[in-house]
Amino acid sequence: MPQFDPTYFAPQIVWLAIVFVVLYLLMSRVALPRIAEVLEARSTQISHDLERARALKAETDQMVAAYEAELAKARSDAAGIIAETNQEIAKKAADRQSAFGQDLAKKVEAAESRIGKARDEAKAHVREIAVDVAREVAQKLLGKAPDAQAATRAVDDVLKDAG
Amino acid sequence: MASPVEQFQVQPLVGGESAVAFTNSSLWMVISAVAVTVFLMASMRGRALVPTRMQSLAEIFYDVIANMIRDNVGSGGRKYFPFIFTLFMFILFCNVFGMIPGGFTVTSHIVVTFALAAFIFIAVTIIGFATHGLHYLRMFFPHGAPLWTAVILIPVEIVSYLSRPISLSVRLFANMTVGHVLLKVIAGFVPALGIAGIVPFVFLVPLSALELFIAVLQAYIFTILSCVYLNDALHMH
Repeated sequence: MPQFDPTYFAPQIVWLAIVFVVLYLLMSRVALPRIAEVLEARSTQISHDLERARALKAETDQMVAAYEAELAKARSDAAGIIAETNQEIAKKAADRQSAFGQDLAKKVEAAESRIGKARDEAKAHVREIAVDVAREVAQKLLGKAPDAQAATRAVDDVLKDAG
Repeated sequence: MASPVEQFQVQPLVGGESAVAFTNSSLWMVISAVAVTVFLMASMRGRALVPTRMQSLAEIFYDVIANMIRDNVGSGGRKYFPFIFTLFMFILFCNVFGMIPGGFTVTSHIVVTFALAAFIFIAVTIIGFATHGLHYLRMFFPHGAPLWTAVILIPVEIVSYLSRPISLSVRLFANMTVGHVLLKVIAGFVPALGIAGIVPFVFLVPLSALELFIAVLQAYIFTILSCVYLNDALHMH
């Protein structure tokens, strides 16, 4: 086997040493630092991004809390306004109702007095009509009308009996 | 028909038989190293925050080796990361490029794998003594063993320690060599059998896939064992 032929042992070792040393220098001076730098930059970037995300989340949480507090305040405010308004409306309704009741009572009173007056008037007219009717009837029956004073007296008597 | 081992023939391209002759083996080492460099540099050129496909591939290689060192060596292994990374990429590309028809498998030569393994062995031993001083010799006699067992344990541990570079280099060399020989032998049947050559040809397809898998696996094993030896040197056991 050519592996055991010592003719080319020396050149193989020499070239192995040369190539390996050169490759070692290339790796340790150029290639590996470059990869390490990229990996480092990536992990820095990732941790930086994570930190920023955490800060943003905290800020958002704060905003949400503020918004919720504001919302709760608005809710309680609204409830207060509603209660106040309800009270006001109820008061107004009561006021109006009592005013209307007074007005109505006044009107009823006025109407009653008017009715009373009308009744009295009507009663007075009834007497005169009754006197007239009585004189007419008497003229028809007797051929002669009684004088007004006697007729009035007779009618008054009857009305007194009728109440 | 060409011999199945002809593919392992080293031929000088420049410089004849001198010690620095540029051979086909050297050529494929250079091709692998250039490919590793171009692949990494080109894929990382964008330095994109959201990586492209090629960039994620380069980053995956980086992560695999970084994790391998962290899991097997610990934080003390960080300064050896460039070496381990270079070792893995070089062996991986040499192994995989050996699958290219007409190519040359650098790692199918025992002298190459042994040079790598010996370098690692010597470096690890020096790191061990530099870290622990003479205390590193405790490697050969585990804590808690009865004293009289030293007679047996110390020679065994020394042999096992010294056989590390051999097993490391022979494993890679043998895997690369045997797989390629097998492929070549079966491929030889294809033209020899005429129309019936379709049978070995069909068999070659999964075998090639297996070889590709072994090429990646052996690069991984070589690297992870280097990490284990390094861990022993840094932390003992």
